[in-house]
Amino acid sequence: MKPIRTGKRLNLRRNEAISFYLCISPWLIGFVLFVLGPMLASLAISVLRWDLLGEASFVGLRNYERVFTRDPLVWQSLKVTTIYTAVYVPMELVGGLALALLMNQKLRIERLLRTVYYLPSVLPGVAFVVLWMWILHPDVGLINTLLSYVGIDGPRWLVDPDWALTALLLMSMWGLGRSMVIYLASLQGIGRQYYEAAAIDGANYWQAFWRITIPMLTPTIYFNLVLSVISTFQTFTSAYVGTDGGPLDSTLFYVLYLFRQAFQFFRMGYASALAWVLFVIILGLTLMIVRSSRRWVFYGGERE
Amino acid sequence: MMAPGSLVDSSTRVGFSARRQRLRIASYAIAIGVAILFLLPLYWMISSSLKPEYQVLASPPVWIPNPVRWANYPEALSYVPFGRYTLNTLSISLLTVLGHVISCTVVAYGFARLRAPGKEALFVVLLATMMLPYPVTMIPIYIGFNTVGWINTILPLVVPAFFGSPFYIFLLRQFFLTIPPELEDAARIDGASLLQTLWYVILPTVSPAMATVAVFSFQTSWNDFLQPLIYLHEQTKYTISLGLSFFRSSYDVRWAYLMAVSFVTMLPIVIVFFLAQRMFIEGITLTGMKG
Repeated sequence: MKPIRTGKRLNLRRNEAISFYLCISPWLIGFVLFVLGPMLASLAISVLRWDLLGEASFVGLRNYERVFTRDPLVWQSLKVTTIYTAVYVPMELVGGLALALLMNQKLRIERLLRTVYYLPSVLPGVAFVVLWMWILHPDVGLINTLLSYVGIDGPRWLVDPDWALTALLLMSMWGLGRSMVIYLASLQGIGRQYYEAAAIDGANYWQAFWRITIPMLTPTIYFNLVLSVISTFQTFTSAYVGTDGGPLDSTLFYVLYLFRQAFQFFRMGYASALAWVLFVIILGLTLMIVRSSRRWVFYGGERE
Repeated sequence: MMAPGSLVDSSTRVGFSARRQRLRIASYAIAIGVAILFLLPLYWMISSSLKPEYQVLASPPVWIPNPVRWANYPEALSYVPFGRYTLNTLSISLLTVLGHVISCTVVAYGFARLRAPGKEALFVVLLATMMLPYPVTMIPIYIGFNTVGWINTILPLVVPAFFGSPFYIFLLRQFFLTIPPELEDAARIDGASLLQTLWYVILPTVSPAMATVAVFSFQTSWNDFLQPLIYLHEQTKYTISLGLSFFRSSYDVRWAYLMAVSFVTMLPIVIVFFLAQRMFIEGITLTGMKG
């Protein structure tokens, strides 16, 4: 009897494994077609000079050489993207968290407020940007109008190379609600008992904030930080629609430059080299955050 | 900032209550002030979209359009075929939703419930692809679709959805894990096939999470700009965002029209948002917290 039973169990196991691979086959095929294949193809294309129409010619590492040594616009775009990311990500973290803390006061109009804060972040990017181009209009825009009420002569925002990137940052603040919702949910998941214990020990608000709230939020902050850095580094729509990279390349984001090389100049090889460089940068940034997380992310308490 | 977290209800403790009262009033004031700041752009958009041309550029600005010029809407929307664009976007979005809901549910079921060698490694790969920036693979994918002659069709925007999306698979898997597996076990012991189990047992229980995926997928697809920009070249095939971007850059700027079209572009998402706000919130918290 015994051998047969083991055989049967093996059979069941094998059937389950087959079912598993059947179930995930759409994703697995998609992974090969849209991720693994293209990644490898991208590497192969990056050593070519190819405009899609004519013959491709092998140029070795010359595309990479140009990226690193002979193309000042690459550095400009890296500079713009890095500054924007370095300002936006902390701003989103602090702003989103501040809004979430505000909401967590159990205000009676919490649901209404949450809707108001959250709504802008789900709106279509192009319409969002077009609306803000109007709000940032140098002469009759909403912002400069409000500034004029308090006697400030507002800058020319999107048309001034010194202010365009700041204008885009200001605009992006309207989308803070997304991270607010995430932090709020996380805040509401912190068990009351920690605060009760702290209150018994005589802790004040600030002590409770730094010793309980922040440590308990670190897993969420960490996760959000990674996603935020990755997505901010890919900023495209606001630059394409809002400023077209200008004025004077002051908002030439990396992905916008990559897009131009690929789909306006049809330099597929060069654009692929740019894409790989982007991949390595984002991977590097992500790994940096992941490695640092061991030192500041607190795992424990209620959620694993 | 204000009180972090919310400390224990200490309102019973005398002496604290006056301070708490002041704190609450300050919280309300700040919260409402910020809310007004967040609403102002929307108000400005709608009010500008209803102004006659001479009021749009008036300085000092006109806060309430007078007279209200409803004609801006039909005029702006007929200037460029926005009805057509709306239909294009709607068909792309709905097909994308269909693809994502079907494929992601099945894939997530596999990852949540079935045991097989190699599963853990594959799941790590899935999570890693969630982080992969689209621009990295965008060029070879474009070349691939170009080779099969799909440029200028909606296929490159829709077909990939039928191969799942790591974000939604992850979301659905998290949801599956919260459902006790006894029901499916019972069904399988009774001899139901995999497909039967999926259809009769899984589907009804997992449908709230599927709705969340549908809402997210619709929103992402409706709002997408980069992919339509790459793949759709003929004006009649434009999505509404592409049309708006084109309208903005080609037309000698008439802000009342642009605001009208922007409002119309946002409207479906605003409606979906109000109908399904809970799903939006559950969706991003489900994936946002348990990373």
